[in-house]
Amino acid sequence: MKKIFLCVLFLSVVASLSAKAELSIDITGAHSEPMATGLPVFSASDSKAKEFSEKITQVIASDLESSGLFRILDSLAYLQTFKGIEDAPVFVDWQAIKAEALIQGHIDYLNERQIRVSVRLWDVYAAQELYSATLEIDNKGWRRAAHMIADAVYKRITGEEGYFDTRIVYIAETGSPLNRIKRLAIMDQDGENHQFLTDGLNLVLTPRFSPNMQQITYLSFYKDTPRVYLFDIETGKQQVVGDFPGMTFAPRFSPDGHKLIMSMAENGNTDIYEMDLDTRVVKQLTRSAAIETSPSYSPDGKQIVFNSDRSGAQQLYVMDANGKNVKRISFGNGRYATPVWSPRGDYIAFTKMAGGKFYIGVMFPDGKGERLVAEGYLVEAPTWSPNGRILMYFRQEPPDRSGIPGATKIYAVDITGYNERRLITPVDASDPAWSPLLSNR
Amino acid sequence: MKKQLFAALAAVALVSGCASTAPVEEEVVVSVTVEEQAGQDEAFVQNAKDRVFFGFDKSNLTPDAVAVLKTQAEWLKANPEKKVVVEGHTDDRGTRDYNLALGERRAVAVKNYLISRGVDADRIRVISYGKERPAVVGANEAAWSQNRRAVTVVKD
Repeated sequence: MKKIFLCVLFLSVVASLSAKAELSIDITGAHSEPMATGLPVFSASDSKAKEFSEKITQVIASDLESSGLFRILDSLAYLQTFKGIEDAPVFVDWQAIKAEALIQGHIDYLNERQIRVSVRLWDVYAAQELYSATLEIDNKGWRRAAHMIADAVYKRITGEEGYFDTRIVYIAETGSPLNRIKRLAIMDQDGENHQFLTDGLNLVLTPRFSPNMQQITYLSFYKDTPRVYLFDIETGKQQVVGDFPGMTFAPRFSPDGHKLIMSMAENGNTDIYEMDLDTRVVKQLTRSAAIETSPSYSPDGKQIVFNSDRSGAQQLYVMDANGKNVKRISFGNGRYATPVWSPRGDYIAFTKMAGGKFYIGVMFPDGKGERLVAEGYLVEAPTWSPNGRILMYFRQEPPDRSGIPGATKIYAVDITGYNERRLITPVDASDPAWSPLLSNR
Repeated sequence: MKKQLFAALAAVALVSGCASTAPVEEEVVVSVTVEEQAGQDEAFVQNAKDRVFFGFDKSNLTPDAVAVLKTQAEWLKANPEKKVVVEGHTDDRGTRDYNLALGERRAVAVKNYLISRGVDADRIRVISYGKERPAVVGANEAAWSQNRRAVTVVKD
Protein backbone atom coordinates (compact mmCIF):
# COMPACT_ATOMS: atom_id res chain seq x y z
CA MET A 1 0.00 0.00 0.00
CA LYS A 2 1.24 3.45 -0.81
CA LYS A 3 2.47 5.45 2.06
CA ILE A 4 1.89 9.16 2.05
CA PHE A 5 4.72 11.12 3.46
CA LEU A 6 3.34 14.07 5.27
CA CYS A 7 5.40 16.66 7.02
CA VAL A 8 3.22 18.98 8.98
CA LEU A 9 4.31 22.22 10.53
CA PHE A 10 1.87 24.14 12.60
CA LEU A 11 3.67 27.44 12.84
CA SER A 12 1.05 29.30 14.72
CA VAL A 13 -2.29 28.64 16.25
CA VAL A 14 -3.91 31.84 17.32
CA ALA A 15 -6.78 31.33 19.66
CA SER A 16 -9.07 34.13 20.56
CA LEU A 17 -9.46 34.71 24.26
CA SER A 18 -12.27 37.18 23.95
CA ALA A 19 -14.93 36.94 26.64
CA LYS A 20 -17.90 37.85 24.46
CA ALA A 21 -20.11 35.31 22.66
CA GLU A 22 -17.93 33.49 20.16
CA LEU A 23 -18.70 32.09 16.78
CA SER A 24 -19.49 28.47 17.63
CA ILE A 25 -21.82 25.58 16.92
CA ASP A 26 -23.19 23.36 19.68
CA ILE A 27 -23.42 19.91 18.09
CA THR A 28 -24.60 18.13 21.22
CA GLY A 29 -28.14 19.40 21.19
CA ALA A 30 -30.96 19.96 18.75
CA HIS A 31 -30.63 20.60 15.04
CA SER A 32 -29.24 24.03 14.25
CA GLU A 33 -28.90 26.04 11.05
CA PRO A 34 -25.63 25.40 9.24
CA MET A 35 -23.10 28.19 9.63
CA ALA A 36 -22.89 30.41 6.53
CA THR A 37 -19.25 30.24 5.51
CA GLY A 38 -17.25 32.11 2.90
CA LEU A 39 -14.58 29.92 1.34
CA PRO A 40 -12.96 31.55 -1.68
CA VAL A 41 -10.58 29.39 -3.73
CA PHE A 42 -7.21 29.66 -2.01
CA SER A 43 -4.87 32.16 -3.62
CA ALA A 44 -1.77 30.69 -5.27
CA SER A 45 1.84 31.78 -5.70
CA ASP A 46 1.93 30.63 -9.35
CA SER A 47 0.20 28.41 -11.89
CA LYS A 48 1.66 25.24 -10.34
CA ALA A 49 0.30 26.20 -6.93
CA LYS A 50 -3.04 27.02 -8.51
CA GLU A 51 -3.56 23.37 -9.50
CA PHE A 52 -3.50 22.46 -5.84
CA SER A 53 -5.42 25.45 -4.55
CA GLU A 54 -8.58 24.56 -6.43
CA LYS A 55 -8.48 20.89 -5.41
CA ILE A 56 -7.70 21.63 -1.77
CA THR A 57 -10.41 24.28 -1.46
CA GLN A 58 -12.92 21.88 -2.99
CA VAL A 59 -12.12 19.08 -0.51
CA ILE A 60 -12.34 21.44 2.48
CA ALA A 61 -15.71 22.69 1.23
CA SER A 62 -17.12 19.22 0.72
CA ASP A 63 -15.85 17.98 4.11
CA LEU A 64 -17.42 20.90 5.96
CA GLU A 65 -20.70 20.73 4.04
CA SER A 66 -21.00 16.97 4.58
CA SER A 67 -21.04 17.57 8.34
CA GLY A 68 -24.33 19.42 7.94
CA LEU A 69 -22.93 22.15 10.21
CA PHE A 70 -21.55 24.48 7.52
CA ARG A 71 -23.09 25.99 4.39
CA ILE A 72 -20.46 27.19 1.93
CA LEU A 73 -21.75 30.38 0.27
CA ASP A 74 -21.84 30.61 -3.52
CA SER A 75 -18.50 31.99 -4.69
CA LEU A 76 -20.21 34.12 -7.38
CA ALA A 77 -21.51 36.34 -4.58
CA TYR A 78 -18.07 37.03 -3.10
CA LEU A 79 -17.08 40.70 -3.25
CA GLN A 80 -13.46 40.37 -2.13
CA THR A 81 -10.67 38.48 -3.89
CA PHE A 82 -7.64 37.59 -1.76
CA LYS A 83 -4.20 37.86 -3.34
CA GLY A 84 -2.30 36.32 -0.47
CA ILE A 85 -2.55 35.15 3.13
CA GLU A 86 -1.53 38.60 4.44
CA ASP A 87 -4.47 40.30 2.68
CA ALA A 88 -6.82 41.42 5.45
CA PRO A 89 -10.50 40.57 5.01
CA VAL A 90 -12.81 43.45 4.20
CA PHE A 91 -15.34 42.38 6.79
CA VAL A 92 -18.21 44.56 5.51
CA ASP A 93 -17.91 42.76 2.16
CA TRP A 94 -18.41 39.41 3.88
CA GLN A 95 -21.10 40.75 6.22
CA ALA A 96 -22.95 42.00 3.12
CA ILE A 97 -23.38 38.43 1.85
CA LYS A 98 -24.24 37.23 5.38
CA ALA A 99 -21.14 35.11 5.87
CA GLU A 100 -20.65 34.27 9.55
CA ALA A 101 -17.32 32.51 9.12
CA LEU A 102 -14.64 33.09 6.51
CA ILE A 103 -11.85 30.70 5.55
CA GLN A 104 -8.92 32.34 3.78
CA GLY A 105 -6.04 30.32 2.34
CA HIS A 106 -2.97 30.46 0.18
CA ILE A 107 -0.75 27.88 -1.55
CA ASP A 108 2.96 28.34 -2.22
CA TYR A 109 4.66 26.00 -4.65
CA LEU A 110 7.99 25.21 -2.95
CA ASN A 111 9.53 22.62 -5.29
CA GLU A 112 8.59 19.55 -7.29
CA ARG A 113 7.77 17.65 -4.15
CA GLN A 114 6.42 20.20 -1.73
CA ILE A 115 3.78 22.85 -1.30
CA ARG A 116 2.98 25.14 1.60
CA VAL A 117 -0.64 25.63 2.62
CA SER A 118 -1.54 28.63 4.79
CA VAL A 119 -4.99 29.09 6.22
CA ARG A 120 -6.83 31.62 8.42
CA LEU A 121 -10.29 31.30 9.92
CA TRP A 122 -12.21 34.51 10.64
CA ASP A 123 -15.28 35.45 12.66
CA VAL A 124 -16.86 37.88 10.18
CA TYR A 125 -19.12 39.81 12.59
CA ALA A 126 -16.57 40.12 15.38
CA ALA A 127 -13.88 40.91 12.77
CA GLN A 128 -11.58 38.54 14.57
CA GLU A 129 -9.14 35.82 13.65
CA LEU A 130 -10.11 32.48 15.25
CA TYR A 131 -7.38 30.22 13.94
CA SER A 132 -4.41 30.15 11.61
CA ALA A 133 -2.00 27.46 10.50
CA THR A 134 0.68 26.72 7.94
CA LEU A 135 1.41 23.22 6.65
CA GLU A 136 4.36 22.20 4.50
CA ILE A 137 3.42 18.97 2.82
CA ASP A 138 4.51 16.47 0.26
CA ASN A 139 2.27 17.43 -2.64
CA LYS A 140 1.01 13.85 -2.95
CA GLY A 141 -0.52 14.44 0.48
CA TRP A 142 -2.64 17.42 -0.63
CA ARG A 143 -5.88 15.56 0.03
CA ARG A 144 -4.91 14.75 3.62
CA ALA A 145 -3.80 18.35 4.15
CA ALA A 146 -7.27 19.50 3.06
CA HIS A 147 -8.90 17.06 5.49
CA MET A 148 -6.65 18.26 8.31
CA ILE A 149 -7.57 21.89 7.64
CA ALA A 150 -11.27 20.96 7.60
CA ASP A 151 -10.73 19.11 10.90
CA ALA A 152 -9.06 22.19 12.41
CA VAL A 153 -11.93 24.47 11.32
CA TYR A 154 -14.49 21.97 12.63
CA LYS A 155 -12.68 21.77 15.96
CA ARG A 156 -12.33 25.55 16.32
CA ILE A 157 -16.03 26.12 15.62
CA THR A 158 -17.62 23.13 17.42
CA GLY A 159 -15.11 22.52 20.20
CA GLU A 160 -15.01 18.83 19.19
CA GLU A 161 -12.27 16.86 17.46
CA GLY A 162 -12.84 16.56 13.72
CA TYR A 163 -13.17 13.33 11.76
CA PHE A 164 -12.35 14.19 8.14
CA ASP A 165 -8.77 12.83 8.17
CA THR A 166 -9.99 9.25 8.61
CA ARG A 167 -10.53 6.09 6.58
CA ILE A 168 -13.25 3.48 6.30
CA VAL A 169 -12.68 -0.25 5.91
CA TYR A 170 -15.75 -2.14 4.69
CA ILE A 171 -17.02 -5.12 2.72
CA ALA A 172 -17.53 -4.53 -1.01
CA GLU A 173 -20.34 -6.71 -2.36
CA THR A 174 -20.93 -7.88 -5.94
CA GLY A 175 -22.64 -10.74 -7.74
CA SER A 176 -25.74 -12.83 -7.09
CA PRO A 177 -27.54 -12.28 -3.78
CA LEU A 178 -27.51 -16.06 -3.40
CA ASN A 179 -23.74 -16.37 -3.62
CA ARG A 180 -22.44 -12.90 -2.87
CA ILE A 181 -18.82 -12.06 -3.64
CA LYS A 182 -17.41 -10.09 -0.72
CA ARG A 183 -14.10 -8.28 -0.62
CA LEU A 184 -12.28 -6.21 1.97
CA ALA A 185 -12.03 -2.64 0.75
CA ILE A 186 -10.68 0.60 2.18
CA MET A 187 -11.30 4.25 1.34
CA ASP A 188 -11.03 7.73 2.76
CA GLN A 189 -13.99 8.92 4.82
CA ASP A 190 -15.26 10.83 1.76
CA GLY A 191 -15.01 7.79 -0.54
CA GLU A 192 -11.74 8.84 -2.24
CA ASN A 193 -8.58 6.70 -2.53
CA HIS A 194 -10.70 3.59 -2.83
CA GLN A 195 -8.87 0.27 -2.87
CA PHE A 196 -9.90 -3.39 -2.80
CA LEU A 197 -7.74 -5.37 -0.35
CA THR A 198 -8.82 -8.96 -1.12
CA ASP A 199 -9.72 -10.67 -4.38
CA GLY A 200 -13.16 -12.06 -3.52
CA LEU A 201 -12.19 -15.74 -3.72
CA ASN A 202 -13.00 -16.14 -0.03
CA LEU A 203 -16.06 -14.83 1.77
CA VAL A 204 -14.94 -12.11 4.20
CA LEU A 205 -17.01 -10.26 6.82
CA THR A 206 -16.92 -7.68 9.66
CA PRO A 207 -13.54 -5.91 9.29
CA ARG A 208 -12.28 -3.64 12.15
CA PHE A 209 -9.23 -1.37 12.39
CA SER A 210 -6.57 -1.75 15.03
CA PRO A 211 -6.15 1.48 17.04
CA ASN A 212 -2.81 2.23 15.32
CA MET A 213 -4.36 1.60 11.87
CA GLN A 214 -1.67 -0.91 10.92
CA GLN A 215 -3.94 -3.92 10.94
CA ILE A 216 -7.49 -4.98 10.18
CA THR A 217 -9.12 -7.92 11.91
CA TYR A 218 -11.93 -9.69 10.05
CA LEU A 219 -13.62 -13.02 9.41
CA SER A 220 -12.59 -15.10 6.38
CA PHE A 221 -14.05 -18.36 5.07
CA TYR A 222 -10.65 -19.36 3.63
CA LYS A 223 -10.67 -23.13 2.92
CA ASP A 224 -14.31 -23.31 4.10
CA THR A 225 -13.05 -22.79 7.64
CA PRO A 226 -14.45 -19.54 9.06
CA ARG A 227 -11.82 -18.00 11.33
CA VAL A 228 -10.70 -14.58 12.54
CA TYR A 229 -7.75 -13.17 10.56
CA LEU A 230 -5.39 -10.23 10.75
CA PHE A 231 -4.63 -8.21 7.62
CA ASP A 232 -1.50 -6.06 7.61
CA ILE A 233 -2.31 -2.82 5.76
CA GLU A 234 1.31 -2.07 4.81
CA THR A 235 2.26 -5.50 3.48
CA GLY A 236 -1.12 -7.01 2.56
CA LYS A 237 -0.17 -10.14 4.52
CA GLN A 238 -3.02 -12.16 6.01
CA GLN A 239 -2.68 -14.41 9.00
CA VAL A 240 -5.14 -16.57 10.92
CA VAL A 241 -5.55 -15.70 14.61
CA GLY A 242 -4.86 -18.57 16.97
CA ASP A 243 -5.70 -22.24 16.64
CA PHE A 244 -9.33 -22.61 17.66
CA PRO A 245 -11.35 -25.84 17.43
CA GLY A 246 -14.49 -24.01 16.26
CA MET A 247 -15.57 -21.06 14.12
CA THR A 248 -14.17 -17.74 15.42
CA PHE A 249 -15.94 -14.54 14.40
CA ALA A 250 -17.07 -11.04 15.45
CA PRO A 251 -13.51 -9.82 16.26
CA ARG A 252 -12.56 -6.42 17.67
CA PHE A 253 -9.34 -4.92 19.01
CA SER A 254 -8.96 -3.68 22.56
CA PRO A 255 -8.41 0.10 22.80
CA ASP A 256 -4.65 -0.44 23.44
CA GLY A 257 -4.42 -2.78 20.43
CA HIS A 258 -2.81 -5.59 22.40
CA LYS A 259 -5.85 -7.86 22.61
CA LEU A 260 -8.61 -9.19 20.40
CA ILE A 261 -12.05 -10.15 21.62
CA MET A 262 -14.18 -12.43 19.49
CA SER A 263 -16.73 -15.20 19.59
CA MET A 264 -16.09 -18.88 19.11
CA ALA A 265 -18.86 -21.33 18.20
CA GLU A 266 -18.36 -24.99 19.02
CA ASN A 267 -20.85 -27.81 19.48
CA GLY A 268 -23.81 -25.45 19.13
CA ASN A 269 -22.66 -22.96 21.75
CA THR A 270 -21.10 -19.52 21.20
CA ASP A 271 -19.05 -17.75 23.88
CA ILE A 272 -16.74 -14.74 24.01
CA TYR A 273 -12.96 -15.17 24.14
CA GLU A 274 -10.09 -12.78 24.52
CA MET A 275 -6.69 -13.32 22.94
CA ASP A 276 -3.56 -11.50 24.01
CA LEU A 277 -1.84 -10.71 20.70
CA ASP A 278 1.61 -10.46 22.31
CA THR A 279 1.55 -13.74 24.27
CA ARG A 280 -1.18 -15.53 22.22
CA VAL A 281 -2.79 -16.58 25.50
CA VAL A 282 -6.54 -17.19 25.10
CA LYS A 283 -9.07 -16.58 27.88
CA GLN A 284 -12.74 -17.59 27.84
CA LEU A 285 -14.85 -14.70 29.15
CA THR A 286 -18.44 -16.04 29.04
CA ARG A 287 -19.68 -19.50 29.96
CA SER A 288 -23.35 -19.91 29.23
CA ALA A 289 -25.29 -22.18 26.90
CA ALA A 290 -26.59 -19.08 25.12
CA ILE A 291 -25.18 -17.28 22.08
CA GLU A 292 -22.77 -14.57 23.28
CA THR A 293 -21.39 -12.45 20.49
CA SER A 294 -20.57 -8.99 19.04
CA PRO A 295 -18.31 -7.93 21.95
CA SER A 296 -16.96 -4.36 22.11
CA TYR A 297 -14.63 -2.79 24.70
CA SER A 298 -15.30 0.45 26.53
CA PRO A 299 -12.70 3.10 25.53
CA ASP A 300 -10.81 2.60 28.84
CA GLY A 301 -10.64 -1.15 28.14
CA LYS A 302 -12.17 -1.99 31.54
CA GLN A 303 -15.58 -3.22 30.36
CA ILE A 304 -17.09 -5.15 27.46
CA VAL A 305 -20.58 -4.75 26.00
CA PHE A 306 -21.97 -7.73 24.04
CA ASN A 307 -25.23 -9.34 23.02
CA SER A 308 -26.60 -12.59 24.41
CA ASP A 309 -29.83 -14.54 23.99
CA ARG A 310 -29.58 -16.00 27.52
CA SER A 311 -32.92 -14.35 28.40
CA GLY A 312 -34.56 -16.06 25.40
CA ALA A 313 -33.90 -13.31 22.83
CA GLN A 314 -30.95 -11.07 22.00
CA GLN A 315 -30.32 -8.34 24.57
CA LEU A 316 -27.31 -6.20 25.48
CA TYR A 317 -25.10 -6.94 28.49
CA VAL A 318 -22.09 -5.23 30.03
CA MET A 319 -19.38 -7.11 31.94
CA ASP A 320 -15.96 -6.34 33.34
CA ALA A 321 -13.10 -7.08 30.92
CA ASN A 322 -12.31 -10.26 32.92
CA GLY A 323 -15.84 -11.62 32.34
CA LYS A 324 -17.15 -10.83 35.82
CA ASN A 325 -20.14 -8.67 36.90
CA VAL A 326 -22.40 -9.36 33.93
CA LYS A 327 -25.33 -6.91 33.84
CA ARG A 328 -28.16 -6.72 31.33
CA ILE A 329 -28.65 -3.15 30.08
CA SER A 330 -31.34 -3.34 27.34
CA PHE A 331 -34.95 -3.85 28.35
CA GLY A 332 -36.97 -2.29 25.52
CA ASN A 333 -39.28 -4.10 23.11
CA GLY A 334 -37.51 -6.11 20.46
CA ARG A 335 -34.09 -7.69 20.04
CA TYR A 336 -30.85 -5.76 20.51
CA ALA A 337 -27.58 -6.61 18.76
CA THR A 338 -24.12 -5.40 17.60
CA PRO A 339 -23.43 -3.03 20.51
CA VAL A 340 -20.48 -0.66 19.98
CA TRP A 341 -19.08 1.56 22.70
CA SER A 342 -18.53 5.18 21.63
CA PRO A 343 -14.87 6.30 21.62
CA ARG A 344 -15.98 9.04 24.07
CA GLY A 345 -17.49 6.46 26.39
CA ASP A 346 -20.80 8.29 26.68
CA TYR A 347 -23.02 6.08 24.48
CA ILE A 348 -23.43 2.55 23.21
CA ALA A 349 -24.71 2.26 19.63
CA PHE A 350 -26.67 -0.84 18.61
CA THR A 351 -28.84 -2.53 16.00
CA LYS A 352 -32.42 -3.12 17.16
CA MET A 353 -35.00 -5.41 15.58
CA ALA A 354 -38.66 -4.86 16.38
CA GLY A 355 -41.96 -5.17 14.51
CA GLY A 356 -40.32 -6.53 11.37
CA LYS A 357 -37.98 -3.53 11.06
CA PHE A 358 -34.36 -2.84 11.89
CA TYR A 359 -33.14 0.28 13.68
CA ILE A 360 -29.84 1.91 14.57
CA GLY A 361 -29.91 3.52 18.00
CA VAL A 362 -27.87 4.78 20.91
CA MET A 363 -28.27 4.39 24.68
CA PHE A 364 -26.22 5.34 27.71
CA PRO A 365 -23.93 2.57 29.03
CA ASP A 366 -26.44 1.95 31.86
CA GLY A 367 -29.16 1.24 29.25
CA LYS A 368 -31.08 4.47 29.84
CA GLY A 369 -31.87 7.19 27.30
CA GLU A 370 -32.46 4.95 24.27
CA ARG A 371 -32.81 6.95 21.05
CA LEU A 372 -33.26 5.55 17.53
CA VAL A 373 -31.47 7.40 14.72
CA ALA A 374 -32.15 5.30 11.60
CA GLU A 375 -34.63 2.64 10.49
CA GLY A 376 -35.32 0.38 7.51
CA TYR A 377 -35.95 -3.12 6.19
CA LEU A 378 -32.39 -3.88 7.23
CA VAL A 379 -30.01 -1.38 8.85
CA GLU A 380 -27.12 -2.90 10.75
CA ALA A 381 -23.62 -2.62 12.16
CA PRO A 382 -23.12 0.93 13.52
CA THR A 383 -19.56 2.24 13.73
CA TRP A 384 -18.51 5.48 15.45
CA SER A 385 -16.68 8.47 14.07
CA PRO A 386 -13.58 9.00 16.23
CA ASN A 387 -15.20 12.03 17.87
CA GLY A 388 -18.29 10.00 18.83
CA ARG A 389 -20.71 12.35 17.08
CA ILE A 390 -21.55 10.42 13.92
CA LEU A 391 -22.56 6.83 13.23
CA MET A 392 -21.96 4.95 10.02
CA TYR A 393 -23.91 1.76 9.26
CA PHE A 394 -25.20 -0.14 6.24
CA ARG A 395 -28.66 -0.21 4.79
CA GLN A 396 -29.94 -3.08 2.66
CA GLU A 397 -33.11 -2.32 0.72
CA PRO A 398 -35.61 -5.21 0.44
CA PRO A 399 -35.85 -7.14 -2.84
CA ASP A 400 -38.64 -5.96 -5.10
CA ARG A 401 -41.63 -8.15 -5.96
CA SER A 402 -39.90 -9.71 -8.94
CA GLY A 403 -37.08 -10.81 -6.65
CA ILE A 404 -34.49 -8.30 -7.80
CA PRO A 405 -32.39 -7.67 -4.69
CA GLY A 406 -32.24 -4.19 -3.21
CA ALA A 407 -29.07 -2.12 -3.00
CA THR A 408 -26.79 -2.39 0.04
CA LYS A 409 -25.05 0.91 0.85
CA ILE A 410 -23.21 2.63 3.69
CA TYR A 411 -24.84 5.64 5.35
CA ALA A 412 -23.80 8.11 8.02
CA VAL A 413 -26.05 9.96 10.45
CA ASP A 414 -25.40 12.37 13.32
CA ILE A 415 -26.29 10.89 16.71
CA THR A 416 -28.94 13.59 16.89
CA GLY A 417 -30.66 11.67 14.04
CA TYR A 418 -30.08 14.51 11.58
CA ASN A 419 -28.05 14.74 8.38
CA GLU A 420 -28.36 11.15 7.14
CA ARG A 421 -26.31 10.75 3.97
CA ARG A 422 -25.09 7.95 1.72
CA LEU A 423 -21.42 7.24 1.06
CA ILE A 424 -20.54 6.82 -2.58
CA THR A 425 -18.90 3.43 -3.17
CA PRO A 426 -18.07 1.79 -6.51
CA VAL A 427 -20.19 -1.29 -5.70
CA ASP A 428 -22.58 -2.35 -2.93
CA ALA A 429 -21.12 -1.92 0.55
CA SER A 430 -21.69 -3.30 4.07
CA ASP A 431 -19.99 -3.77 7.46
CA PRO A 432 -18.27 -0.35 7.64
CA ALA A 433 -15.65 0.36 10.32
CA TRP A 434 -14.39 3.89 10.95
CA SER A 435 -10.69 4.47 11.64
CA PRO A 436 -9.26 6.64 14.41
CA LEU A 437 -8.20 10.18 13.42
CA LEU A 438 -5.07 9.54 11.33
CA SER A 439 -3.24 12.63 12.56
CA ASN A 440 -3.83 11.61 16.19
CA ARG A 441 -2.51 8.08 16.12
CA MET B 1 -22.26 -30.27 -15.58
CA LYS B 2 -24.70 -33.07 -15.01
CA LYS B 3 -24.57 -32.84 -11.25
CA GLN B 4 -25.33 -29.15 -11.27
CA LEU B 5 -28.21 -29.57 -13.68
CA PHE B 6 -29.76 -32.15 -11.41
CA ALA B 7 -29.36 -29.90 -8.42
CA ALA B 8 -31.14 -27.13 -10.29
CA LEU B 9 -34.11 -29.37 -11.03
CA ALA B 10 -34.31 -30.53 -7.45
CA ALA B 11 -34.26 -26.95 -6.28
CA VAL B 12 -37.09 -25.87 -8.59
CA ALA B 13 -39.18 -28.78 -7.36
CA LEU B 14 -38.57 -27.61 -3.82
CA VAL B 15 -39.78 -24.10 -4.55
CA SER B 16 -43.00 -25.21 -6.20
CA GLY B 17 -43.61 -27.62 -3.35
CA CYS B 18 -43.32 -24.84 -0.84
CA ALA B 19 -45.29 -22.32 -2.85
CA SER B 20 -48.29 -24.62 -2.88
CA THR B 21 -48.44 -24.44 0.90
CA ALA B 22 -48.12 -20.67 0.90
CA PRO B 23 -50.09 -19.48 -2.14
CA VAL B 24 -50.34 -15.87 -1.00
CA GLU B 25 -46.61 -15.36 -1.23
CA GLU B 26 -46.15 -17.54 -4.29
CA GLU B 27 -45.30 -14.89 -6.86
CA VAL B 28 -42.58 -13.23 -4.80
CA VAL B 29 -40.51 -16.32 -4.12
CA VAL B 30 -37.77 -16.46 -6.66
CA SER B 31 -35.82 -19.42 -7.92
CA VAL B 32 -33.21 -21.25 -5.95
CA THR B 33 -29.51 -21.15 -6.51
CA VAL B 34 -27.61 -24.20 -7.59
CA GLU B 35 -24.26 -22.88 -6.49
CA GLU B 36 -24.29 -24.27 -2.98
CA GLN B 37 -25.36 -27.59 -4.49
CA ALA B 38 -22.38 -27.91 -6.79
CA GLY B 39 -20.82 -31.27 -6.10
CA GLN B 40 -23.84 -32.51 -4.20
CA ASP B 41 -24.31 -36.28 -4.51
CA GLU B 42 -27.21 -37.15 -6.86
CA ALA B 43 -28.08 -40.43 -5.25
CA PHE B 44 -28.23 -38.79 -1.84
CA VAL B 45 -30.65 -36.09 -2.97
CA GLN B 46 -32.78 -38.71 -4.75
CA ASN B 47 -32.99 -41.06 -1.79
CA ALA B 48 -33.02 -38.59 1.06
CA LYS B 49 -34.00 -34.92 1.04
CA ASP B 50 -30.88 -32.86 1.62
CA ARG B 51 -32.28 -30.10 3.85
CA VAL B 52 -34.36 -29.40 6.94
CA PHE B 53 -36.05 -26.15 7.97
CA PHE B 54 -36.26 -24.25 11.25
CA GLY B 55 -38.58 -21.78 12.96
CA PHE B 56 -37.61 -18.12 13.37
CA ASP B 57 -34.61 -17.82 15.73
CA LYS B 58 -34.94 -21.56 16.46
CA SER B 59 -32.57 -24.46 16.17
CA ASN B 60 -34.73 -27.31 17.46
CA LEU B 61 -35.66 -30.07 14.97
CA THR B 62 -39.30 -30.15 13.89
CA PRO B 63 -41.07 -33.52 13.31
CA ASP B 64 -40.67 -32.89 9.55
CA ALA B 65 -36.95 -32.32 10.05
CA VAL B 66 -36.58 -35.50 12.08
CA ALA B 67 -38.30 -37.49 9.31
CA VAL B 68 -35.86 -36.11 6.73
CA LEU B 69 -32.85 -36.74 8.94
CA LYS B 70 -33.89 -40.36 9.53
CA THR B 71 -33.70 -41.01 5.77
CA GLN B 72 -30.37 -39.13 5.61
CA ALA B 73 -28.99 -41.32 8.41
CA GLU B 74 -30.15 -44.52 6.69
CA TRP B 75 -28.57 -43.46 3.41
CA LEU B 76 -25.31 -42.55 5.14
CA LYS B 77 -25.20 -45.89 6.95
CA ALA B 78 -25.76 -47.66 3.62
CA ASN B 79 -22.95 -45.59 2.05
CA PRO B 80 -20.24 -45.74 4.72
CA GLU B 81 -17.52 -44.37 2.42
CA LYS B 82 -19.30 -40.99 2.12
CA LYS B 83 -18.68 -37.96 4.30
CA VAL B 84 -20.95 -34.97 4.74
CA VAL B 85 -20.76 -31.28 5.53
CA VAL B 86 -23.82 -29.89 7.28
CA GLU B 87 -24.29 -26.22 6.34
CA GLY B 88 -26.27 -24.08 8.78
CA HIS B 89 -28.12 -21.08 7.34
CA THR B 90 -30.46 -18.33 8.54
CA ASP B 91 -32.86 -15.82 7.06
CA ASP B 92 -31.81 -12.15 6.84
CA ARG B 93 -33.96 -10.99 9.77
CA GLY B 94 -31.06 -11.01 12.19
CA THR B 95 -27.63 -9.45 12.56
CA ARG B 96 -24.56 -10.97 10.91
CA ASP B 97 -22.66 -12.16 14.00
CA TYR B 98 -25.69 -13.63 15.74
CA ASN B 99 -26.81 -15.40 12.56
CA LEU B 100 -23.40 -17.06 12.21
CA ALA B 101 -23.87 -18.45 15.73
CA LEU B 102 -27.48 -19.46 15.01
CA GLY B 103 -26.45 -21.23 11.78
CA GLU B 104 -23.84 -23.15 13.75
CA ARG B 105 -26.47 -24.18 16.32
CA ARG B 106 -28.69 -25.48 13.50
CA ALA B 107 -25.89 -27.41 11.79
CA VAL B 108 -24.88 -28.96 15.12
CA ALA B 109 -28.51 -29.95 15.85
CA VAL B 110 -28.50 -31.90 12.57
CA LYS B 111 -25.07 -33.38 13.23
CA ASN B 112 -26.06 -34.54 16.70
CA TYR B 113 -29.23 -36.15 15.39
CA LEU B 114 -27.35 -38.02 12.65
CA ILE B 115 -24.89 -39.26 15.29
CA SER B 116 -27.80 -40.40 17.49
CA ARG B 117 -29.04 -42.46 14.52
CA GLY B 118 -25.73 -44.27 14.27
CA VAL B 119 -23.70 -42.15 11.83
CA ASP B 120 -20.04 -41.90 12.85
CA ALA B 121 -19.23 -38.39 14.14
CA ASP B 122 -15.97 -38.37 12.14
CA ARG B 123 -17.97 -38.40 8.91
CA ILE B 124 -19.82 -35.16 9.71
CA ARG B 125 -18.33 -31.67 9.51
CA VAL B 126 -20.38 -28.54 10.21
CA ILE B 127 -20.08 -25.03 8.81
CA SER B 128 -22.25 -21.99 9.37
CA TYR B 129 -22.89 -19.44 6.66
CA GLY B 130 -25.28 -17.36 8.79
CA LYS B 131 -27.29 -15.18 6.42
CA GLU B 132 -24.58 -15.11 3.73
CA ARG B 133 -25.94 -17.82 1.40
CA PRO B 134 -29.74 -17.60 1.14
CA ALA B 135 -31.52 -20.26 -0.94
CA VAL B 136 -34.09 -17.77 -2.24
CA VAL B 137 -34.48 -14.01 -2.52
CA GLY B 138 -37.56 -12.46 -0.98
CA ALA B 139 -38.77 -10.12 1.75
CA ASN B 140 -41.57 -12.36 3.01
CA GLU B 141 -42.12 -15.33 5.28
CA ALA B 142 -42.24 -17.80 2.38
CA ALA B 143 -38.70 -16.86 1.38
CA TRP B 144 -37.37 -16.53 4.92
CA SER B 145 -38.69 -19.96 5.92
CA GLN B 146 -36.77 -21.58 3.05
CA ASN B 147 -33.59 -19.79 4.08
CA ARG B 148 -33.75 -20.96 7.71
CA ARG B 149 -32.23 -24.32 6.90
CA ALA B 150 -29.50 -26.86 7.36
CA VAL B 151 -28.30 -28.56 4.18
CA THR B 152 -26.46 -31.87 4.28
CA VAL B 153 -23.91 -31.91 1.46
CA VAL B 154 -22.26 -35.22 0.59
CA LYS B 155 -18.53 -35.11 -0.06
CA ASP B 156 -16.82 -38.11 -1.65
